[in-house]
Amino acid sequence: MKILTKWLRAFLPQLTVDDAQLAEDLTLRGIAVEGIFDLGPGNGSLYEMDITTNRVDAMNHYGVAREAAAIYGVEFKPLSFALPAARSAEKPYSVRIEAEDACGRFTARVLRDVTIADTRDWFPGAEVDTYFALLEQKKISNAVDATNFAWLAMGQPTHAFDLDKIDGGIVVRRARKGEKLKTLDGMDRILDPEDLVVADHVKALALAGVMGGWDTMITPATKNVLVEAAWFEPMAVRRTARRHGLHTDASHRFERGADFNAAPLASAIVSSILLASGGTPEGDLVDVRVSALECRTAARKPIALALREVHRLLGTTIDKEGITTAIVENVLTALGCALAPAGDAAWNVMLPSWRLDIEREIDLIEEVARVYGYNRFANTLPAFGEGVRELPWAAGEAAVRATLRSAGFHEAIASTFCSAGEAALTAPQPGLVVPLGNPLSEEAGVLRPSLIPGMLAMVGGNLHRDVADVRLFELGTVFSGTTEKVDERPALAFAAAGDLPQQSALHPARAIDFHDIKGAIEQVLACFHIRNVYFDRFPPESGLTPAWLHPYRSARIVADGTTIGWFGQLHPTEAAARKLKDAVLLGELYLDRLFKLPLSKPAARELSRFQPVRRDFSLILDEGIVWEKIDHALTALAIPELVDWRAREVFRDPRRTAHEYSLLLGVTFQAPDRTLREEELQSFHAQVVAAVGKVGARLRS
Amino acid sequence: MTTEIIPTLSSFDDDSLSNAFAALEQQATANAAALSGPEAVEAFRLEWLGRKQGRLNDVSSRWLKAAPPEAKKSLGQRFNALKQHVESLLEAAAGAGPSDAALAAEAIDITLPGTRRLTGAEHPITKTLNEIVSVFAALGYSVGVGPEVETDFYNFESMNFPPGHPARDTQDTLVVAAQERRSQRDRLLLRTHTSPVQMRTMEQQQPPVRIVIPGKVHRNDAADATHSPIFHQVEGLCVDTNITFSDLKGTLDHAMKALFGSSVKTRFFPSFFPFTEPSADVQISCIFCGGKGCRKCKQSGWIELLGCGMVDPAVFAFAQEKQPAYDPKKISGFAFGMGVERIAMMKYGISEIGQFYAGDMRFLGQFA
Repeated sequence: MKILTKWLRAFLPQLTVDDAQLAEDLTLRGIAVEGIFDLGPGNGSLYEMDITTNRVDAMNHYGVAREAAAIYGVEFKPLSFALPAARSAEKPYSVRIEAEDACGRFTARVLRDVTIADTRDWFPGAEVDTYFALLEQKKISNAVDATNFAWLAMGQPTHAFDLDKIDGGIVVRRARKGEKLKTLDGMDRILDPEDLVVADHVKALALAGVMGGWDTMITPATKNVLVEAAWFEPMAVRRTARRHGLHTDASHRFERGADFNAAPLASAIVSSILLASGGTPEGDLVDVRVSALECRTAARKPIALALREVHRLLGTTIDKEGITTAIVENVLTALGCALAPAGDAAWNVMLPSWRLDIEREIDLIEEVARVYGYNRFANTLPAFGEGVRELPWAAGEAAVRATLRSAGFHEAIASTFCSAGEAALTAPQPGLVVPLGNPLSEEAGVLRPSLIPGMLAMVGGNLHRDVADVRLFELGTVFSGTTEKVDERPALAFAAAGDLPQQSALHPARAIDFHDIKGAIEQVLACFHIRNVYFDRFPPESGLTPAWLHPYRSARIVADGTTIGWFGQLHPTEAAARKLKDAVLLGELYLDRLFKLPLSKPAARELSRFQPVRRDFSLILDEGIVWEKIDHALTALAIPELVDWRAREVFRDPRRTAHEYSLLLGVTFQAPDRTLREEELQSFHAQVVAAVGKVGARLRS
Repeated sequence: MTTEIIPTLSSFDDDSLSNAFAALEQQATANAAALSGPEAVEAFRLEWLGRKQGRLNDVSSRWLKAAPPEAKKSLGQRFNALKQHVESLLEAAAGAGPSDAALAAEAIDITLPGTRRLTGAEHPITKTLNEIVSVFAALGYSVGVGPEVETDFYNFESMNFPPGHPARDTQDTLVVAAQERRSQRDRLLLRTHTSPVQMRTMEQQQPPVRIVIPGKVHRNDAADATHSPIFHQVEGLCVDTNITFSDLKGTLDHAMKALFGSSVKTRFFPSFFPFTEPSADVQISCIFCGGKGCRKCKQSGWIELLGCGMVDPAVFAFAQEKQPAYDPKKISGFAFGMGVERIAMMKYGISEIGQFYAGDMRFLGQFA
């Protein structure tokens, strides 16, 4: 919205501050001036304003001037527009409000023998030509410009009808089913029975408070005019405007609450300007009001305000004197309120008809704070409250993040949405995917049931940009349920492609593989107190493995009997579908399940002072014998002195058959209380050989 | 090294012995000076002290045996002196470690870059969220969270956006499908702000309340350089007896100084939010130019950073439905909210909001 300081100053004869200072003072009181443009000598400045939606009353010159008058405590000149003497009318012009819930006031004035002419500066206070030129407001004709002038001056929408096109008189009513109206924008509209219209005794003339009609518009041939100035109920206008996809200056104002008492003055502005080119008014202003709506606007009950409450909510000011009764009275009076004392430092406050945003004591307190100046309040701190409580899962979340970062994964944040197809592929429960009613796009049609679609999109984005080394993780919410009820759970996804996160000129790079990812997961799991973790995989025909994973290079993660997640290599079909040539490793963990487990607490135990004895066993195994079997066999031995064992190397000897592989098993024996004797060691050795032999491992000769 | 046979002694008088031992001593000293590396030291030891071929062995086996009885004592004394000398040379040579030449042969290129185990980066949004949360944690605020899919009641109605209110237009909302038949209150949508957690917290907890609410929010906005349909907010709520507007000012002034540096100034001016009254926008003095005016602050010296206000009594009225203690006549409170992306973009000089959600390794790696 544009405001001329030249026009503002016409209402503020005592104002001495310059335009820059005025702009700053207005802005700090919530009447924000976003830009100031100098219009040259004698023309003042143009302000580009940004006024919050609750302050429609200030979206015009008179409204902004009122704010300035309140800020500086200077004189605020009333608007006054005199009309020539009216010729008498046989009877008042017929105006009837049928829709009493939606139209609170309708004024009509008949102007006879007018001349439709070009606009100029008509008389002091109606410098239409000057102001329109500075505002770059297009001039159309004296009639249309007069209504625009009233709008820019005081923010009241008005409308001028060609009186001779009106049959009988005005009726404000709801539209009839199927009724038609061509609006000023040239559109032929079929009206809805809920639409509020200004009609005559035969047809609809205008969409009330939204837009006038084509057939009754002012033309160069117009001789007689009916000037409408009215008050329409916000919701009725909003619904009508929305149904027709219209948003006009008039609908903007009425939707947010117009001034119930502005109609007579606005009518006088339009009429006096139009009559400046000739013609006479006929009869008095016809003014029809609905008292129920007047009671909700212009004639509201006074509000009780106490200075004590002002102080309770606003607190300390920098100025020692603080907010006094005089400040409260001056500010509110300048804004148009009428204060009647009601006891010690308390008032009953009558509200101005143009401030429908003020309804309660707190609204008045805000006005006092606003005009007094927010920055004149001190910076104080509340007394301390209670101790800070951590979210139960905060430490777990931090541990997961830190572990993955230390493993070289960057944290990412992906879209909350995915396509229905991706959801079907990745949802743990494909029947419980939640669609959106107004998605951003088809690719974002549903709430993500898994973090995998976002992860794949991000991996693809990197690989397609030739960023070959990718290590990403995301902690985010996944959704499941129905459109009736949506469940949200925290999840973790991670993905990797390319080389291990090591940069060296001396050591060869190595591609990240399944077991690197598994190691990272094991480290994440190690943050939690879990008695038993295992990894397994289901036969492909079981259909239990997620479809996005390679059926033979993937695993389920189970902690204390609960499935915690899945990971492995991306299914080659999915990789091909996404044009991913590099092997992508990825997985998803159900953090809600993990977060149910306590965090692991480090506990120190006694370190043995006695020499550990390390033994390596070179084993030959058949292809089908997996490490887990060896591991279980050694666990089952339950030798206290067998303190550690690990697969030190797995390799394939080309001199052996393809169905065999070699495993170097490293074993450590140590006793807490003594040096192990040779006979003991020999016995342990034999037991290990026997145990692994039972599961099919042979000692390499 | 060649093993020289010691010369044959022709005469055993004192002078001859002195000369002969002096020559050996000189030779040993010279040999020892040239030693480099443990192998050489070992060879020196073998050459002089070796039990079979060592020179001292030769001296004893050849000179001592051949000496006339009257010269044996003198020769023996000189022998012992030489042995001691060789031993001390050996001790010195062994203790001195490898020679510089030997070490030079082991030189490496120290200018090659160090081998780095690359660690991952905290996402700039997480980083910024954590920073903001920890500033308020130090002021006694606990963390509150709530669902990303909300009901109309929590997102709008209880935050004093009545059905059909124009203020709803400012927050274009993504909605869950098939809500038309449900009552307005129950309709599911993607929360447009973290404010609903204010109501959820108050319903669960009597005053006093001091919470800070980080979270992901969504709006049906077209994406551009500074707008994204997905973004993050941090909301704050403080409710107690005697919470004032000046407390709100002081709290945010402190928080902004903690986040952006102690020289930062704050400025409050009136704004409008349905759920606060009075409402304010907060600007901080430009962190790039210190308030002098630059391109980043559009020459104004100020950067708009957050919205805040005193909790509207209408919001307390909704809370009172479950917790009567939220009587606006007895308690008061303030709330504030800030966009995390905006703050992160400013702090780290990020020009495209979309980079936060693209998972580009090159972008994210900058925050490691």
